[in-house]
Amino acid sequence: MWDWIKIAVFGVVALFAAIAANWARDLAYQVHALIVMAVAAGLFIWSVRRTGEPAAPRLDEYNDGVIRAGAIATTFWGLAGFLVGVIIALQLAFPQLNLDVLQGYGNFGRLRPLHTSAVIFAFGGNALIMSTFYIVQRTSAARLWGGNLGWFVFWGYQLFIVLAATGYLLGETQGKEYAEPEWYVDIWLTVVWVAFLLVTLGTIIKRKEPHIYVANWFLLSFIVTVAMLHLVNNLSVPVSIWGSKSVQLFGGVQDAMTQWWYGHNAVGFFLTAGFLGMMYYFVPKQAGRPVYSYKLSIIHFWALIFLYIWAGPHHLHYTALPDWASTLGMVFSVILWMPSWGGMINGLMTLSGAWDKIRTDPIMRMMVISLGFYGMSTFEGPMMSIRAVNSLSHYTDWTIGHVHSGALGWNGMITFSALYFLVPRLWHRERLHSLSAVSWHFWLATIGIVLYAASMWVTGIMEGLMWREVDANGFLVNSFADTVAAKFPMYVVRALGGGMYLTGAIIMAWNLWMTAFGKVRVAAVPTPAE
Amino acid sequence: MTRNDKTPTVQTTGHEWDGIEELNNPLPRWWLWVFYATIVWGIWYTIAYPAWPMISGATAGYLGFSTRGDVATDIAAAEEARSGLMEKLAAVDLTQLPQDPDLQAFAVSAGASVFRANCAQCHGAGAAGNMSGGFPNLLDDDWLWGGSITDVAATVTNGVRNDSSPDARWSQMPAFGEMLEPADIDAVVNHVLAISGQEHDAALAEKGAQVFADNCTGCHGEDGHGMREVGAPNLTDAVWLYGGTPEKLKETVTYARFGIMPAWSEQFRPANGLSQAEINAVAAYVHGLGGGE
Repeated sequence: MWDWIKIAVFGVVALFAAIAANWARDLAYQVHALIVMAVAAGLFIWSVRRTGEPAAPRLDEYNDGVIRAGAIATTFWGLAGFLVGVIIALQLAFPQLNLDVLQGYGNFGRLRPLHTSAVIFAFGGNALIMSTFYIVQRTSAARLWGGNLGWFVFWGYQLFIVLAATGYLLGETQGKEYAEPEWYVDIWLTVVWVAFLLVTLGTIIKRKEPHIYVANWFLLSFIVTVAMLHLVNNLSVPVSIWGSKSVQLFGGVQDAMTQWWYGHNAVGFFLTAGFLGMMYYFVPKQAGRPVYSYKLSIIHFWALIFLYIWAGPHHLHYTALPDWASTLGMVFSVILWMPSWGGMINGLMTLSGAWDKIRTDPIMRMMVISLGFYGMSTFEGPMMSIRAVNSLSHYTDWTIGHVHSGALGWNGMITFSALYFLVPRLWHRERLHSLSAVSWHFWLATIGIVLYAASMWVTGIMEGLMWREVDANGFLVNSFADTVAAKFPMYVVRALGGGMYLTGAIIMAWNLWMTAFGKVRVAAVPTPAE
Repeated sequence: MTRNDKTPTVQTTGHEWDGIEELNNPLPRWWLWVFYATIVWGIWYTIAYPAWPMISGATAGYLGFSTRGDVATDIAAAEEARSGLMEKLAAVDLTQLPQDPDLQAFAVSAGASVFRANCAQCHGAGAAGNMSGGFPNLLDDDWLWGGSITDVAATVTNGVRNDSSPDARWSQMPAFGEMLEPADIDAVVNHVLAISGQEHDAALAEKGAQVFADNCTGCHGEDGHGMREVGAPNLTDAVWLYGGTPEKLKETVTYARFGIMPAWSEQFRPANGLSQAEINAVAAYVHGLGGGE
């Protein structure tokens, strides 16, 4: 019976998508309708061929297939996102690279959201889904709830990524940073996200452990809050059901405030709370040590999720936003400093008694540098939210440096170490193919981040000072083009840093591939410290 | 390793998940006290500055701070410092500006700032122009419409070939592709190459001299020195608006050019135009770049 319903649904969706492609009012919508049609038709045929086949799920084991797929997707989208990042960094340094043949599809304006969404939502999102499914099963001692719903979440999320990415290249956007996809892509993501929440909650509810582990608190808060943010910030009315364009429900400064309430908490709950959930599992596992302080984990969890949600207005200092809202955003951001650092302390102090591993275990080293960058950017963030600092830093490359020290340092490094932890276990290998390749990855990525962040601090502060520089009579000294020209050398350094980071990730992809699918190489085991 | 010796004294909570345990360490004191300190600071800050929303409006804070008030104070201070100089600049006879060195220095620094904000987009931050768009170089002494300070001010005020000012500088070169045979165009291009001292085909250039005499001298003059009344460029020097290569010259003769500059005076651009003082200032700046007459 269920098979027949599925086949009917796929058939209807394919038919509807075909009609939509025919009546489409714009190219992006048409391409998306064709993609949906192809996917639904493919699933239709696949389901028809499999009807009546006896399904024999093994309910006694963990569901690791979807996590293996997640590891592959995380690595793939990471490489894609980093590559686009290096390309746009080079386009900024050498504008000639906005080639004539790329105009309208591959120029900086189209590739920039492709880069940000690829690294945050495709790379980061797959890392979070993969880790959530792994952690929630292990710490609940229960198989993933919902049967094949986990697979629906995985493939549904990949479809969302493909629709979003092709939309950017074809110029479909609702003009909201990190929330660019249009209404029907938003609706699809909502469906996938609710399924993600159900799978995670279902597994926690049927857990065999008496308590819920701290990693799961963070992961749940991430899933629930992102759902709320996504829904409110994307409230809009489609102009036509056959076209991609929609009209936002909010206007003016209310729209701006909603957008940055969303934008800041995408950082807070997607890139901070979610990744803290990963940290709370992988760091103690890799270190083989107990978590440093249960008390700290409770206090900093509740303080973090209570405070983060108010901090958005600091993105709108000195705008049409009323002063009172901007003050509150700044105050909550500064108070957020210690709750953020609670996660760093708990992670780093978990290593007490295992500090020697930093010398012998490059994965541990990655986790430590990740927590270091987490601490640095969660100090820098509150500092930049202070109005007086923001008046210099806002709209400059300092912001770009800040987000990249967080994204490359914290999110990237903790994800890499999670992949190094997971892949041998998921493919039942004794160990990684090459530990020295992990060391190479570590140093390339670390030096790459340092080059990236340092060059952006330099250009950011320089251009901020140049913009406000006035002569003795109070007249501006620099034209905007002067400030752009002055940044050129640092733009080259930034592209170099990004290139090193990408190179490290390529080495990782090779190493993970060889671990999962190749022969394990015999290497000398590092000697532990005395 | 030293910390390892201490940890056994701390108990775990007794929970265990997939082999992970939790120690019962207290909150780090420094962490807690810094957290408290930021909360205390936050409470004080929201009392001192506008912060808490009420039913209508919000608390103003006892320091009386507002971002708009802040910038208004800064602007008032800057205007105070320029006291009277802008008014004086608006009323000055530009030809007499060198008699007042203080005002001239002020005008040049004000003009530089006007130029950077409004003119650099086309003429370049260094005022060297841009041949790809036909934006003239303002550093040399080759002027299309006149290089005296009053000529420059008039060009800034009214612009070139625009519909906003009735006094805009105006002229139009015909597109000779519709009037001349391709062979004649090649010939006249070679004539222009010849009079500008570039490599050319002598036979074609000789033929082109007649084409030039029949079609071009009305604006560019018998000898090709140009005519400022109609903004017709001098064709005998090495300065080119759109480029002096055979290909570029052929393109110019065939399709003509129609470079536009906005009328910058605020009477033609109410929202973002320049005041008389700003026009005088930018004229003084451009005139002083090296080519002023």
